[in-house]
Amino acid sequence: MTGEALVRLEGVSKVYDTPAGRRTAVDDVSLEVQAGEILGVIGYSGAGKSTLVRLVNALELPTSGRVFIGAQELTALSERDRRGVRQGIGMIFQQFNLFRSRTVAGNVAYPLRVAGLGKAERDARTAELLDFVGLLDRAHSYPEQLSGGQKQRVGIARALATNPRLLLADEATSALDPETTADVLALLKRVNRDLGVTIIVITHEMDAIRAIADRVAVMDGGRIVESGPVYDVFAKPTTPAAARFVRSVLQDRPSPETLERLRQSHPGRIATVQVAEIPGFIGVVTSAFAEHGVTADLIFGGISELQQRPVGALTYELAGDDAAIDAALDGLSARGIDWNEER
Amino acid sequence: MDFFLSNIDVFVTAIGQTLYMVVISILIAGILGLALGIGLYVTRPGNLLGNRVTFTVLNVVVNIVRPIPFVIFIAAVSPLTSAVVGTTIGPNAATFALSLAAAFAVSRIVEQSLVGIEPGVIEAARAVGAGPIRIIFTVLIPEGLGPLILGYTFIFVGIVDMSAQAGLIGGGGLGDFAVTYGSQRYNWPVVYITVATIIVLVQLGQFGGNALARRALRR
Repeated sequence: MTGEALVRLEGVSKVYDTPAGRRTAVDDVSLEVQAGEILGVIGYSGAGKSTLVRLVNALELPTSGRVFIGAQELTALSERDRRGVRQGIGMIFQQFNLFRSRTVAGNVAYPLRVAGLGKAERDARTAELLDFVGLLDRAHSYPEQLSGGQKQRVGIARALATNPRLLLADEATSALDPETTADVLALLKRVNRDLGVTIIVITHEMDAIRAIADRVAVMDGGRIVESGPVYDVFAKPTTPAAARFVRSVLQDRPSPETLERLRQSHPGRIATVQVAEIPGFIGVVTSAFAEHGVTADLIFGGISELQQRPVGALTYELAGDDAAIDAALDGLSARGIDWNEER
Repeated sequence: MDFFLSNIDVFVTAIGQTLYMVVISILIAGILGLALGIGLYVTRPGNLLGNRVTFTVLNVVVNIVRPIPFVIFIAAVSPLTSAVVGTTIGPNAATFALSLAAAFAVSRIVEQSLVGIEPGVIEAARAVGAGPIRIIFTVLIPEGLGPLILGYTFIFVGIVDMSAQAGLIGGGGLGDFAVTYGSQRYNWPVVYITVATIIVLVQLGQFGGNALARRALRR
């Protein structure tokens, strides 16, 4: 990628001194986020995602490495100048972090006050933002009078108040129920598409990635272990850490415990087939087995859709003689279908 | 009772002196204590202006001053009182000692009120580019207002109590009146009336504080 990146991290590490010793939250991460894209950063909790996103708006400063927003090196600025940069970066949070002492309108107007806008301008912009998130009628409510989804919409309106180019979403839907999550994700998608705001989405939820991310980076142990277009990373993870995470969110392959249980009722050979983008995929697999006289019994699996493309895996118990099963599996390989035998 | 009625003007003056000491003290201690309490809160390592040295100094000073019994504190600060007020007796001297002692108590109350604020809310303010001073005035104080008002109400009661002790240095007020016109003359009705007056004063303060806190907390 070229120098047009809106966000650029160069060899960034963040080490904390804790009573239990030094803890590396972010370990030598280099990353670029292009203007206009939605980048998903995924990983288990404790992988360093939240720290990483706080390095982007300098809420945390890296122990080493450099952070750029556009051409500006955040790590070279004074704290006062960094505050100015933060005014141009919105942020939303898992727990919403609304000011309880302020009304909905007061929350949204807060960044405008910080930016030094006059009352008339603040009022006009606040009304515009509340209209955008569909909460104009709740302007004079207090946060505790709102539902979780409404709170997050206020959070989004507040984050967008100063017309930022970049929005950071730290587990923004993790405290919401599935339906509300979908609403908030749709709103974020609209923010990206209609307002052209670049978004970094930190999440451990598949839904958030599936719904909006263009590109995804997988974090594990403070490092970005894999990144690329969402479909590629989920359909064909290349690193064990990424594969482990992808499996755990897709739930398409049996866990060792599940496999153990399956074996008790299915004593035959068991193979897992990776779903591929082949027309009539299931028919192709079934006939590949049938050709060799192998009976394939579907015992586990999951197929979901990512960016209008199928992703997932199917686990079969195979009945027939060993040579026939081997021939059938080779037949799958010949058709470009990945599989592995569960042992 | 006749004795009390014949001294009613002294009693009314005593109420005035108590109110004077309490109101002035709570204003001064309120402001000093707020500053000190905010200082304690923001300098705690990991907080807004985390600074281990400053925090430790503030913390130790508050811990040293706060447990000193007020009657001893009055004597201990008398050189300072003399330097600032010009005398060590009378309502103004008492108010000075009172304000100082209460400020340290207020500082802990303020710190505790602020601890209850969600760190995420402060982070949200930082994320939109707000600086520390702005965060103190536009986030910390408004977000902690309910507990702060309850804390100040608590301190108000403590100051009424301390103001009675301040009578010992000629501070005047209801405590002084109860002792010199009441208990020292074995005139118990005077003591009862004075104590009842103090109780009414405390009740009024507590009711007022609770009402304000309810408004701030919207409950």
